[in-house]
Amino acid sequence: MITATERLEGTDYDRPLVIAGREFTSRLIVGTGKYRSNEEMVAAIRASGAEMVTVAVRRVDLDRGNTESILHHLDPEEFFLLPNTAGCYTAEDAIRYARLGREAGLSDWVKLEVIGDEETLLPDNAQLLQATEVLVGDGFNVLAYTNDDLLVALELEKLGAAAVMPLASPIGSGLGLLNPYSIRILKSRLEVPVIVDAGVGTASDACVTMEQGVDGILMNTALAAARDPVLMAHAMRAGVVAGRAAYLAGRMPRREWAVPSSPTSGMLD
Amino acid sequence: MSEGDIGIVVNGKARRVPEGATIASLLSSLDLDRRLVVVELNEEIVRRTELDEVAVREGDRVELVHFVGGG
Repeated sequence: MITATERLEGTDYDRPLVIAGREFTSRLIVGTGKYRSNEEMVAAIRASGAEMVTVAVRRVDLDRGNTESILHHLDPEEFFLLPNTAGCYTAEDAIRYARLGREAGLSDWVKLEVIGDEETLLPDNAQLLQATEVLVGDGFNVLAYTNDDLLVALELEKLGAAAVMPLASPIGSGLGLLNPYSIRILKSRLEVPVIVDAGVGTASDACVTMEQGVDGILMNTALAAARDPVLMAHAMRAGVVAGRAAYLAGRMPRREWAVPSSPTSGMLD
Repeated sequence: MSEGDIGIVVNGKARRVPEGATIASLLSSLDLDRRLVVVELNEEIVRRTELDEVAVREGDRVELVHFVGGG
């Protein structure tokens, strides 16, 4: 099913995705939350072709005796782990979680998330910038989840973020890419990789998002909440590759009027 | 609760441990794999290499965290 997809990944058509000096063949990064079972999660991640996966840092649940870490199911040799700071509402909390994640995963990478509003889960950009500055100073590779605001994105880059990760639409909404225009502007102005994080709902969303020229996509709910996560992971992988290839190929111009594709001469009398 | 026990708070809940208990002994009494758990003692991370040396004291707040699924 994915032969054509694999043929496009990591070939002469495209360069690998490079974040903080590390190369990735896949332009899809996936989360590990909300799956119905660990087995389904691992199967979906494998089907997606993703090399980097996000994880969250939480208290060990001592009360219910459920002390299993996700590392019982995910081999850090197989997947590069990206700890997140999901659920943090202040720079201080996000920094604390980032440091715990570094200790747990023994890498300096963090998906930095500082939420500002419970209902929309939109980022608190003032806190985000503050946390970015501290964590970059502390030697972290910061992949910063943000909205599609150009000025915030430029500031994140200036502060040393390794990647800027604007949302397509709110986390877990599955609404797809709401503002392709601002994502394109943002991509055209940044040097660091732009990874669209959150909001992609189905394969066409992934494809349209990649067609804007961004460097990659991070998604979780679109896979975990699909009726068949493994099949959706195949679809997303193909969608990302198709969108990337279409971007590189350069689409035809849009026209208001029809233009025939067959010769207009040589018609019968 | 016996003589020589001290009171600490682990993941937000009061617990009693023997006096002189180390973080490592706390982890093993909870049946936790020290390679998979990160320990914070009064909001300071305890490095894995120090787990055997650091003892808890009366009133200490210990957080035991690990990786779970997330996006």
